[in-house]
Amino acid sequence: MSDLYNVSSGPHVRDKYTTGKIMAIVLLALIPASVYGIYHFGVNAAILIVVSIVSCVLTELIYEIVMKQKITVKDLSAAVTGLLLALNMPPTAAWWLPVIGGVFAIIFVKMLFGGIGQNFMNPALGGRCFLVICFAARMTDFNYDGITSATPLARIRAGEAVNLWDMIKGNIAGTVGETSLIAIVLGACIMLAFGIIDLKIPAAYIISFTIFMGLFSGRGWDVSYLIAQLAGGGLMLGAFFMATDYATSPITPGGKVVYGILLGIMTGIFRCFSSTAEGVSFAIIFCNLLVPIIEKLTLPKCFGKGGEA
Amino acid sequence: MSKSMERLYNGVIKENPTLVLMLGMCPTLAVTTSAINGVGMGLTTTVVLVMSNLLISMLRKVIPDKVRIPAFIVIIASFVTIVQLLLEAYIPSLYAALGIYIPLIVVNCIILGRAEAYASKNPVVPSIFDGLGMGLGFTLGLTLIGMIREILGAGAIFGFRFLPEGMDTLTIFILAPGAFFVLAVLTAVMNKIKQASGKASDPIQCSMEMCSGCMNTECRGRMEEIEKQ
Repeated sequence: MSDLYNVSSGPHVRDKYTTGKIMAIVLLALIPASVYGIYHFGVNAAILIVVSIVSCVLTELIYEIVMKQKITVKDLSAAVTGLLLALNMPPTAAWWLPVIGGVFAIIFVKMLFGGIGQNFMNPALGGRCFLVICFAARMTDFNYDGITSATPLARIRAGEAVNLWDMIKGNIAGTVGETSLIAIVLGACIMLAFGIIDLKIPAAYIISFTIFMGLFSGRGWDVSYLIAQLAGGGLMLGAFFMATDYATSPITPGGKVVYGILLGIMTGIFRCFSSTAEGVSFAIIFCNLLVPIIEKLTLPKCFGKGGEA
Repeated sequence: MSKSMERLYNGVIKENPTLVLMLGMCPTLAVTTSAINGVGMGLTTTVVLVMSNLLISMLRKVIPDKVRIPAFIVIIASFVTIVQLLLEAYIPSLYAALGIYIPLIVVNCIILGRAEAYASKNPVVPSIFDGLGMGLGFTLGLTLIGMIREILGAGAIFGFRFLPEGMDTLTIFILAPGAFFVLAVLTAVMNKIKQASGKASDPIQCSMEMCSGCMNTECRGRMEEIEKQ
């Protein structure tokens, strides 16, 4: 952000974090989930992660060279986009899927709207949803241990029983990075410890989602069902790593809570009433679009203005 | 005939209704899932546009100013009905593909716009060429969008699939979002070309008395101000 010369009057906040440092910490926080994904799903997961990161970073570099813009790949945000995109791919996906997704995410979602900080929706999720719509069969093919198996969410939906401990540990079918609740929470703790994210969005998201599922899923307040819903699918990965993306989440404290609650409700609606078992990514990009309205409505009053005398 | 040629150029390039004026977006986004649909929609609209411009220009001194819009609509709707019946009789496949968007040509803002801005104020021959130019510009825009969407989304061009069977295509391009992507990118390219070629832009020439209803985008509605100075 050092190239923004919009100087306002003081006081000026000084901070040791640069964009690059923040992104490096996010990458660090994603390592547990990535390592578990590679351990759990094997070599193809590693290939997907590498190809996805390389294609995102290269796309940004080439775009900036062609358009004669300042080269910003050193801030690592493209690498974060690439890693998140890879963690959202099914582990058996072909290597060219993240290439297409990465090019779309960087050029159409991020660079055309003005680059880092200007994107109107999370680039990684934009890329993923593009791929889901284009290649629905490939993007929902969760092949695990040599057999095509349904994800736990799909099995719950079909009324089958699932092993809760397996879901928390991550010993299940799913996308590369979403399976292990433990690895994701570990990463989230790293980000919380460094103060990169604040708990408002994930907490509001998870609590409102739990309440929504308790009220409307038709299973009532069945604890094991609720835990399975929370641990399954991309909810935790989305809540901690993608809903909290700075550019696409509100900056006002009240707005963060509203945004989190909306996310919970949207995810619940998608999971309960739509034709698919999973709805985290569509819920997040939909709520990304509502962020400007949320910010406008929750803008704090200026000191000395408004209110009763 | 230089006036006619100028009208053609104006419609196809300078004020291309799809890529410059951004008119008629509803059929542009909805029917361009394949190149052949784009051509069909474009040519259908061209026929209606030429005929309605012709008749409105002929009747421009007869139609009272206060009821001109209903009068234009009646003329346009008649031609649309004729074209619709002809299509249904002779090209039923195109008729089925375009569906509801054929009757909707009545409310296509390009046609009413040209009637209001040009045909109702100008002689017959230039009005015909204005309609032809605008129609061909619309056809060109729709065909381009349709071709790109068909190539990317279905791996085919004018219905001939060039990709081997079973190979994946970017399905999103034949769905609604694809229309927006292609239109936006084409418009950006068009603006870039215009920027590069038209650095020293022509001085604004305007024969209109008022800016309202004028389709000239070059002056951006500043003509009244400019004249006052």
